[in-house]
Amino acid sequence: MSQGMLEVTPEPHGPTGDRSDAVAGKSQGRIIFDRFLQNRISVVSLFVLVLIVLFAFSATGIGPIPGWWKYDYRSLNDQAGAPTLSLWPFALGEHPFGQNRIGVDYFALVMRGIQNSLIVMVVIGGLGTVVGTVVGAIAGYYRGWVDAVLMRITDVFIVIPAIVIGAVVGQTAGSGGLGVWFLSILLALVSWMSIARLVRAEFLSLREREFVEAARVAGASDLRIIFKHILPNAVGVVIVSATLLAASAILLETGLSYLGYGIRSPESSLGLLISDNQSAFSTRPWLYWWPALFIVSLALLVNFVGDGLRDAFDPRQKRFKRRKMREFVEAAQPQVSLKAPKSPTS
Amino acid sequence: MAAYIARRIGVSILILIAASFIMYVLAAGSGDPLRDLRGGNAANEAQLIAARVSALDLDVPAPLRWFLWLGGAAKCLVPFANSCDLGLTLDNAPVATILPTAMVSTLQLVTVATVVAIILGVVIGIVTALRQYSGFDIATTFLSFFLFSLPSFLIAVLLKEFIAIGFNDFLQDGAAIPAWLIVVIALVAGLIWMVLIGGSRRRRLIVFGVSAVATGAVLVYVSLTSWFLFPGLGPVGLLVVLAGVVFITTSLVSGLANRRALLASAITAAFVYIAFFVLQGLFTISSAFTLIFIAVAALVVGIVVGFLVGGSDRGQAVRAGAITGIVSMLLVFLDRFMQAWPSYVESGRINGRPIATVGSGTPGLTGDVWVTGIDSFTHLLLPTIALLLISFAQYTRYARAGLLEVLNQDYIRTARAKGLPERTVIMRHAFRNMLIPIATIVATDVGALLGGAVITEKVFAISGMGNLFATALGRTDLNPIMGYFIVIAIVAIAFNFLADLAYAALDPRVRVR
Repeated sequence: MSQGMLEVTPEPHGPTGDRSDAVAGKSQGRIIFDRFLQNRISVVSLFVLVLIVLFAFSATGIGPIPGWWKYDYRSLNDQAGAPTLSLWPFALGEHPFGQNRIGVDYFALVMRGIQNSLIVMVVIGGLGTVVGTVVGAIAGYYRGWVDAVLMRITDVFIVIPAIVIGAVVGQTAGSGGLGVWFLSILLALVSWMSIARLVRAEFLSLREREFVEAARVAGASDLRIIFKHILPNAVGVVIVSATLLAASAILLETGLSYLGYGIRSPESSLGLLISDNQSAFSTRPWLYWWPALFIVSLALLVNFVGDGLRDAFDPRQKRFKRRKMREFVEAAQPQVSLKAPKSPTS
Repeated sequence: MAAYIARRIGVSILILIAASFIMYVLAAGSGDPLRDLRGGNAANEAQLIAARVSALDLDVPAPLRWFLWLGGAAKCLVPFANSCDLGLTLDNAPVATILPTAMVSTLQLVTVATVVAIILGVVIGIVTALRQYSGFDIATTFLSFFLFSLPSFLIAVLLKEFIAIGFNDFLQDGAAIPAWLIVVIALVAGLIWMVLIGGSRRRRLIVFGVSAVATGAVLVYVSLTSWFLFPGLGPVGLLVVLAGVVFITTSLVSGLANRRALLASAITAAFVYIAFFVLQGLFTISSAFTLIFIAVAALVVGIVVGFLVGGSDRGQAVRAGAITGIVSMLLVFLDRFMQAWPSYVESGRINGRPIATVGSGTPGLTGDVWVTGIDSFTHLLLPTIALLLISFAQYTRYARAGLLEVLNQDYIRTARAKGLPERTVIMRHAFRNMLIPIATIVATDVGALLGGAVITEKVFAISGMGNLFATALGRTDLNPIMGYFIVIAIVAIAFNFLADLAYAALDPRVRVR
């Protein structure tokens, strides 16, 4: 999202990591993990996100395993009612999030919606990243005509806006009666382009480094060089863009479901819940506010985690921290490079 | 350069053709175009199905049917032949005739949203960069994160429920602002100005006090006179606003110390002020073209005045005059629109609830250019806000990061070291270089906005291209889908191309191959 088309380059000034880390002999992964832990907002976001995941999955159950919540998201109960949730003293009551107009328990519907959003997010974030990384790695490593062909294919897919191609594959999944998993796999297959471009740029510069030369002299195969030598060095870019892709996947899924081309009734989705109930805004506002709250929280939390990861992987982007706030503001800014590329990408 | 452009256009056309193939096959596989006929209970079902199959060549497999479609679409390239054939919809309407009307409302929406998002985003980004780590900066960063995580359909529902209904109720209740709201707005305005202007503690307190009191006074006046029911600047208000325009334009373009630029700006504003009285009669019978002509005339007057009084440093005076001319004339137009507001609100079709939540115009409303202009404004206001908020957040972040990056460059230090005033450093040296990366974002952003219009148009029931696409997809109506696709793909590719050219033109270090 914030990666844009601009190159992400390290700041020329500021400390380049903690010297004490090197002295203590920590592994690279450990250093990054420690750096991530220093970013309070991201750690808290990750914690809340995990809580929401556990809560949503345990409430409605996974597959055949039933959850602890007494109502099903498909079963009709008595007539429509207002939320019974009270925070002080804390009590869930009979229908904590109320009921919709035909009497389905809204807590079960919202939890099921969160569950589906999370599935879509993980599959798009994971599978989209794998496809994008492989395409970008091969294009960047082999260059020449392989690069040209792969990048033209990327260009072809990138011309179609995400929501448009998403709606088309969503309609395919929907009219075929295919489930959430299949929908998210199809969506993942059309969301890998930006990662491919970023990984390719990273590979183009990494393949010129000495350690690649050394590996080649030692007789390593191309595959080994790509996956064992270069990819671990590009893992920062991959993980950060995977997180950002996951955040935009939530918005894509809810948007598509809102339009009617994503997840469909009787399955539940946060976007679908908004679409079904927006006309009842003035009479039963909770039907709007609960899914809205969770859409925004999920996307916001994932974005915060992504920013924390970006900091942890590339500390040179960060200036010295006088106050925690400054650190946050700084971390949230995209790094704009003014260095001229050799030519505009065609 | 010419070779580069030719090669780029060639590659773009190939990409377009390949993307259209993918889109065609995917869309064809997404459902059954005969579903509505099969489900219906018409007696002549078989006959209807046969008619549709032959009209749309449904018996040809999709990959081959794409060639038929491409053959028809290629005729659009023949200039002035009017032989465009984008196929038929399921209802046998030719796509080439329904597409242009839909295009107009979408492009209107997207253009306004893009321009407003760029201007607001860049201005706020610059301010946050210049006041780095201030409360305003932190608040803007939080806000941009929040906007990134807010889907447009959520915000659209909120805008409809609170802004539209709230403002309409407010007008019907006599347009009196409650006292607590006046106090809150005044305090917030005071805080914002205090942070923006900065300075010593004493100066901040003075700025806070003055701006809070001034805002409060204006709001009390607005509330007491029911200004929102009968808005207008009037001769006195316009004079005050024009003085403000002269002051701000000159201090941004050249600094108030440049007396000639100030003079050029002031004389231009005086001309516009005279025109305000002289042209009122013409305005009543104006069309949109007259207005464009008058605006251009004001621009020319500003340039000429700047040229005549410019003296040794003509460039600055010309710029000050031109900006003052066009902005002042737009304010005069604004005043005239405000004069037409009561007649719009009270007209039978509106019934005192002007802010609309659906459609892109009031059906059956007739009136002069002012009334129809207001009608477009009240209909497009909310969809545009819903559409621009996300890209606004993006521009803010890039403008801020870009300006901070530029301010770290050596040439900025040189400019400061040789004693240039801070205004010149920011406006002349930093601002222009900051715009280079922004140019590339505009290209990607236009594509995103066109996609976003699908949702916005659906929520606000605007019959634009996005709505056309969404409806057609639901019925697997292939030709409108492809018509929609071809338009947005061309726009997206063209903007990318323009961004690359702009990048090369703005930055001499970039050479095109």
